[in-house]
Amino acid sequence: MIVDFRKEEKSLIFVLTEDVDQHTSEKIRRKMDNEIKRYIPRKVIFDFSNISFMDSAGIGMVLGRYKLIKMLDGNLEIINVNRSMKKIFDMSGVSRIINIIEEESNEGVI
Amino acid sequence: MKGLYDNEMKLEFLSKTNNEAFARITVAAFVSQLDPTIDELSDIKTAVSEAVTNSIIHGYEEEEGIVRVVSRIFGNSVEIEISDNGKGIANVEEARKPLYTSKPNLERSGMGFTIMESFMDDVKVESALGLGTKITMRKRISGSQELRLRQEQICEG
Repeated sequence: MIVDFRKEEKSLIFVLTEDVDQHTSEKIRRKMDNEIKRYIPRKVIFDFSNISFMDSAGIGMVLGRYKLIKMLDGNLEIINVNRSMKKIFDMSGVSRIINIIEEESNEGVI
Repeated sequence: MKGLYDNEMKLEFLSKTNNEAFARITVAAFVSQLDPTIDELSDIKTAVSEAVTNSIIHGYEEEEGIVRVVSRIFGNSVEIEISDNGKGIANVEEARKPLYTSKPNLERSGMGFTIMESFMDDVKVESALGLGTKITMRKRISGSQELRLRQEQICEG
């Protein structure tokens, strides 16, 4: 996972580099929590552009971080999710409380 | 002589969460012979990941056991069976409800079965307390245009 903190806007960007499932989500959330508590960002962005897979472990991972970020008075945005991730976020109601932006279609490029 | 199904594969592995990726990628590679779309493949990978995770963290509660995956192809449909000899599910109906989880402390969302049901055409759950759980899922693969055309040509010719 690549972590980038932009001081001037107090925004913290996480670029995920490992597919999200039960196995990886524990490690990801521990790392994210540490960085969020360290920087107390105004805005947090999860960038999913480098990964191609997320299962329901991603729902808990996102909601858990959302609670922490809200408690510290920040905002969360998720960018570059693919269609199947979007379906999971819609189905679970996550997209009703968190701003989720889909990646541009690259059908056929794989 | 024509068998009951066109192709079959079996996998067995230890109930370790780092095998989740191995299981879904292997099933996806097997299903690739039906020439699924990217979305269909992604749906299957997600459903397999959910079922395997359930076996590992609920069936075996992270103790060591064997998870079995059998996949079969019939025409343009795939059947995937995922089973364990874990503790079983006391109330299957309750477990299948959206947002129901017995492990909220692990940040589990309770969406596993709902995802399997909406990503696959059919999901059957058989479970016996103390004996284990078997999930059988089916999905029809639309296949790419090219493959369908080729099949039609073969049928006509």
